[in-house]
Amino acid sequence: MREFRLVSTSGICGYGFPEESLKAAMAREPDMLGVDGGSTDPGPHYLGSGKCLNSRMSMKRDIALMMDAALSARIPMVISSCGGAGGEPHLQATADIVREVAREKGHKFKLAVIHAEQNKGWVKGKLAKGKVKPLTAVKPLDDATVDGASRIVGMMGAEPYIQALDEGAQIVLAGRSSDPAPWAACATRAQLPSAPAWFAGKVLECGAAAALPKGHDCMIATVREDHVVIEALNPIRKCTPMSLANHSLHENPSPCIHVEPGGILDTTNCRFDAESDRACRISGMSWQPKPYTIKLEGAELAGYRAITICGTRDPGLLGQWDSYLAFVRQNIVDKARAFGVEPEQYHLIYRVYGRDGVMGEWEPVKQSQAHELGILVEVVGKTQEIANAVLSIARINTLHVDFPDRMCKEGNMAFPFSPSDIEAGAAYRFSVFHIVEDIDPLEMFPIEYEMVQ
Amino acid sequence: MAKIKEIAQVCKSKNAGPFEVTIDVVFADKRMFERVKRTGALNAELIGRLYKTPPKDVIFTVYDAGLAFKATVPRRIPAGDLGDTDVYGAQQHAPLLDVDIPI
Repeated sequence: MREFRLVSTSGICGYGFPEESLKAAMAREPDMLGVDGGSTDPGPHYLGSGKCLNSRMSMKRDIALMMDAALSARIPMVISSCGGAGGEPHLQATADIVREVAREKGHKFKLAVIHAEQNKGWVKGKLAKGKVKPLTAVKPLDDATVDGASRIVGMMGAEPYIQALDEGAQIVLAGRSSDPAPWAACATRAQLPSAPAWFAGKVLECGAAAALPKGHDCMIATVREDHVVIEALNPIRKCTPMSLANHSLHENPSPCIHVEPGGILDTTNCRFDAESDRACRISGMSWQPKPYTIKLEGAELAGYRAITICGTRDPGLLGQWDSYLAFVRQNIVDKARAFGVEPEQYHLIYRVYGRDGVMGEWEPVKQSQAHELGILVEVVGKTQEIANAVLSIARINTLHVDFPDRMCKEGNMAFPFSPSDIEAGAAYRFSVFHIVEDIDPLEMFPIEYEMVQ
Repeated sequence: MAKIKEIAQVCKSKNAGPFEVTIDVVFADKRMFERVKRTGALNAELIGRLYKTPPKDVIFTVYDAGLAFKATVPRRIPAGDLGDTDVYGAQQHAPLLDVDIPI
């Protein structure tokens, strides 16, 4: 029976994995080794700022082990959504690590670097032709939003990977990608059907998250014509029918319908059977080809942030928090205005832990039973100078304003640090979350090749 | 009557992209899952009430293969935007824990 064996080392490049698990993976003679590099999950900061999600040190550790394993076994190694957000700086930071490891270890190979960052003029051109549509819960895109984005990436499918591998690349580093794409690419390139190929990718992009216990570890998928077998490579973990079935719930709006760039993976009729006490066989998935679309992700600057953390243990204050906070806010507005900063120039946010700090308006418990409250005061200003100045005034007033029957005359809050104010820098928000229709799978993702030695 | 936290194996939330949060209730055994399913108590209207969302905007799935119920709602505030309280959406499950199921 035709089969193709795919390995993933962990959920995200730089999360770490046990070296023994990679050895166990290589003993199974896999056909490729990959790891997903990113996610939008840690928020808009990384896409906006160009910084990598994980540290250079942790990424280099994972990458060096993977390069050793893949190059000595002469199998392709693939990293998708490099550096977290998969923009140009993230991709270059990852390529820099790969070249450095090659120099240190004397590796020689053909490298493919697939770019995913998009030219704003190109995006506006597609927008003008009516080819850009909003995804769930976002407004239609306009030129001003495109211009305001600090970075826009396209999310590639399997085709750019297939192209790079066809050109003989031994290591492929790609910008933003659909999470399962590198594994789906390798399996479909080996002439296996899309349904099991994408299913395998869907599991592997999360490392050992589908195993019990879940963790940052290596997994192997054996893709065959009509099914996939998933197995954890660390003997402490198992893949069971229930653990795999439940993995379909992870980070998807639906457990059954998974939208990908060129089609839909439908897991409605999946069967999950134990292959052994540690491996699970999944069959019954289907793939419906759809007109090709590419998702765009963009982030824009929202302002500059400064925060301070404090807590109160005063029962008198807990009982009249709302009126106290309204009075504090008014003091801040007045004093900021006095030094020339209008309310339109900043956002002032109080997060009250012990009350509704975790869920905000969704918090169903209206009467907190807490004996103390933790308070995070946040200012996001048009400039860092404004944020710092308003936060300073906010701290002083939170600490010192009077309230009826106050007993704690020296101060309302306990501040754990000096200095109490923390400059948190640029704050971003996701501004683009749209799809481009009628698009060639390769057009947005130019590939560069180099011989590394 | 039994509360979800007393009968479910897993009750969790997580982002499904930066603009939606998805909430899962998973049962350990098929018998309990079927009993809960028969009551019909877990549905889009309940989720809409708990998460202050019109039921038409709730994607609700009964997932037999996983012995699970899944609901996806638009986030109150997009992940990481000003005023967001939970960038990963990992702690928005709590309102379901105390829901009574008439079993």
